[in-house]
Amino acid sequence: MEQKKETLLEIHNLSVSFRMYDHGLEQTNLRVISDLHLTVRPGEIVAVAGSSGSGKSLLASAILGILPSNAVVCGHLHYKGRELTGQLQKELCGKEIALVPQSVAFLDPLMKVGAQADGHYRPKLTEKRRKLFERFHLPGHTEDLYPFQLSGGMARRVLVSAALVTDAELIIADEPTPGMSLDQALEALRMFREMADEGKAVILITHDIDLAFEFADTVAVFYAGTTVETAPASDFKKGPAALRHPYSRALWEALPQNGFRPIPGFQPYAGSLPKGCLFAPRCPYKTEKCGNQIPPVREVRGGEVRCYRAK
Amino acid sequence: MKRMNRRTGAVCLAAVLAAVLCTVYACGILIPEEAVTGSFLNAGCPPCLEHPFGTDALGRDLFLRTLKGLSVSMTVGLAASAVSAVIAVLVGIAAATGSKLMDGAVNWLIDLVMGVPHTILIILISFVLGRGLRGLLAGIAATHWCSLARLIRSEVLQLRSQQYVAVSRRLGKSGGWILRHHLLPHLAPQLFVGLILMFPHAILHEASISFLGFGLPPEQSAIGIILSESMRYLSAGMWWPAVLPGLTLVMIVLLVDKTGDSLRMIFDPYSAQE
Amino acid sequence: MKGMSGWLIRIFAVNSIKIISLLLAVSIISFVLVSASPVDPVRQYILGLGTAVSLEQRAEIESYWGIDEPPAERYLGWLFEVLNGNLGESAIYRRPVADIIGERFWNSLALMLCAWILAGGIGFVLGCVMGMYRNRLPDRILKKVCYLLSTVPAFWLGLLFLLVFSVRLGWFPVGFSSPIGVPGADVSIWQRLYHLILPAVTLSLMSFANIALHTRQKLADVLDSDYVLFARARGEGQWTILRRHGLRNILLPALTLQFASFAELFGGSVMAENVFSYPGLGSAVADAGLRGDVPLLLGVTLFSALFVCAGNMMANLLYGVVDPQIREAGK
Repeated sequence: MEQKKETLLEIHNLSVSFRMYDHGLEQTNLRVISDLHLTVRPGEIVAVAGSSGSGKSLLASAILGILPSNAVVCGHLHYKGRELTGQLQKELCGKEIALVPQSVAFLDPLMKVGAQADGHYRPKLTEKRRKLFERFHLPGHTEDLYPFQLSGGMARRVLVSAALVTDAELIIADEPTPGMSLDQALEALRMFREMADEGKAVILITHDIDLAFEFADTVAVFYAGTTVETAPASDFKKGPAALRHPYSRALWEALPQNGFRPIPGFQPYAGSLPKGCLFAPRCPYKTEKCGNQIPPVREVRGGEVRCYRAK
Repeated sequence: MKRMNRRTGAVCLAAVLAAVLCTVYACGILIPEEAVTGSFLNAGCPPCLEHPFGTDALGRDLFLRTLKGLSVSMTVGLAASAVSAVIAVLVGIAAATGSKLMDGAVNWLIDLVMGVPHTILIILISFVLGRGLRGLLAGIAATHWCSLARLIRSEVLQLRSQQYVAVSRRLGKSGGWILRHHLLPHLAPQLFVGLILMFPHAILHEASISFLGFGLPPEQSAIGIILSESMRYLSAGMWWPAVLPGLTLVMIVLLVDKTGDSLRMIFDPYSAQE
Repeated sequence: MKGMSGWLIRIFAVNSIKIISLLLAVSIISFVLVSASPVDPVRQYILGLGTAVSLEQRAEIESYWGIDEPPAERYLGWLFEVLNGNLGESAIYRRPVADIIGERFWNSLALMLCAWILAGGIGFVLGCVMGMYRNRLPDRILKKVCYLLSTVPAFWLGLLFLLVFSVRLGWFPVGFSSPIGVPGADVSIWQRLYHLILPAVTLSLMSFANIALHTRQKLADVLDSDYVLFARARGEGQWTILRRHGLRNILLPALTLQFASFAELFGGSVMAENVFSYPGLGSAVADAGLRGDVPLLLGVTLFSALFVCAGNMMANLLYGVVDPQIREAGK
């Protein structure tokens, strides 16, 4: 890899928990993201990959500052070197940081999609949005359609246009591929690749790991609310030997083309996280130390990993 | 536990409220007719210690009349709601378990009853039955069953699609058996709560219709009648016959409503989550 | 647009059939009820005239009611007359019922329209406020107010208003839709409005709670939706969201609900008109019931059913205009 460029977004020790009331007035804190690290640079696609229920979508909400009101956030987010506070989030969201949501359900059902993609911005961005629609091969009458009239692929392109209309520098795409055919998924990912090549930074939240490492520069493997390994995508192409964390290897081996060997056990629920390494209960190599202490993030062979064993 | 369980709280509240309502009701029943026959000597007396609500233009004590009126309202309200609830159950179950035609017919019937303003329908019915308690009861009962019937219909439809009902049917149980063992036990709390929540509406309708002059005969002590009489003396500055009995009526309705809410908490905790 | 009008026509047709069936049923039921009542319309009419009733008059009214004919024929005869616009002659007012209804309906309509707009406006705005401040202080207070108002009987509220604003403060007249003793044609619109204010406010106060609570719920659903989450992610503020997505998604459902509440509106206007001695249909129907004026009672009953059905029809048509999805389905 070339010399490290200036980072755009740096997430350090991010934890998100929810205050919940159960059994009457007993208050419990449900931790869904714990001690997460992530670094995003311009011109780069960072894929955040992990199975469903690992809190990936909440990561997007946390960056954008749109978590529900009962969420508690700890840790540090830095955007272009500035602490990303609630105030700054309000200023940047929708302008420099844009979200590409999961599905057509994120469009107002009673509003024509053209007006929705234009957004609430003043002055109106209609001209620019029309160009984007054209670039994504959306027919001219698309802007007068309602969301339910769009096909899945069209909806995706409308959502991407909505994100690009503001010249955002950081684009967070939340599960953009499910429900799409392989061709559509490839097309969508190519769109993100193009954006990254134009110098934008893209966070691609997905559980389609094999697609992710085709298009991403860096892959962050997400497990039970934290990143267990962050590695160049090329390592995933090389195979398990190049990977650092047992969970990443297990993920790789579970892919259909690599033998389809799933590992036993389940991802722990947010309410009952283990004390030490979050993966320890399923790890074939765990030691006593793993069960007691959360391993710190270490640099290993050009990637970051949370494992005592990784060399 | 430091705090009282919400359910226990609801039970206590319901008990206290029910006790208050019963007391008011008993007072109204127990007050003899003679007590409300006044004398012209103290007619139009404003509220004082002897007459907390004052007296009306005929010198009758308004506090006692209000109490009597409330008990009349509660009797009418309770009887009418009970009849309404029975209609609702029959119609609701018929719609849910009968043929498609039956369901359509019931929906049409509900639209029919909802299609005429209730006040007009009650006026019509009580006109036909020759004004008085009977007409009032019939009118209120005939107009209040619709929403409860809809509720019961959807409830039964939902229950019918449950697994255990399907299993019973497979086991060859008759429709009546399923009705008795599976449907009614589930419907009973719903019905009871529906009845309680209907009750304040019925009381308000009773008062309104009596106010218009269709309910009880004018010498009776009904809240609507007291308020209707008070209209004549408003411009003379007699405010108490209009304000105090009406306020008492509102309080009673609020009490009943609150009781209904806490009973709903007890019987049907899921619907009371709001 | 062609699909849309086609859809509207279809809904209109389906609803019309239903409305006709309902109105027929209302006419049958009310006719049967009235026939079963101890009040004989012929005698009641003649009673009012005293001895000055000619044989022709008597024969005319007997033929209108079809005395001595079997019930079904009596009903059909009466229905035929009604369809021809002859609702009979009022025993109290000594005038054709159709004329009385036509005249009084405008008074009632003015009252109901004012109350309808007022209640809809206040209810909608309060509902929006409650939805935006959900579970915070303004919402909790307004919710209490709404529940309280729905337990206060309208006529008592009217009485209190009369007491405070008319008797004590002398701001408003005690009743009637126009000053007493002034010929109808000379009454200015302002005088009419002046006499309308208190009844209209009373009527609207009894019905805004419903629309407010409904709007609150709808807005809360909208604010919890995914598309509002996306709007937030794009940096839209609370009030921008209300303007761009909230109003769009809650305004027409609220309007639909308003149209569907014509029955309560009419029922409420009966009470309000009687408290304020306002000469509309409501005070006419109460008079008719109390003094045994069968034709007037029947006429107003039928008319009120027609009024409610018209509201429901408009509500049903609006459903389609609200939702492009339903509109498309009609294509």
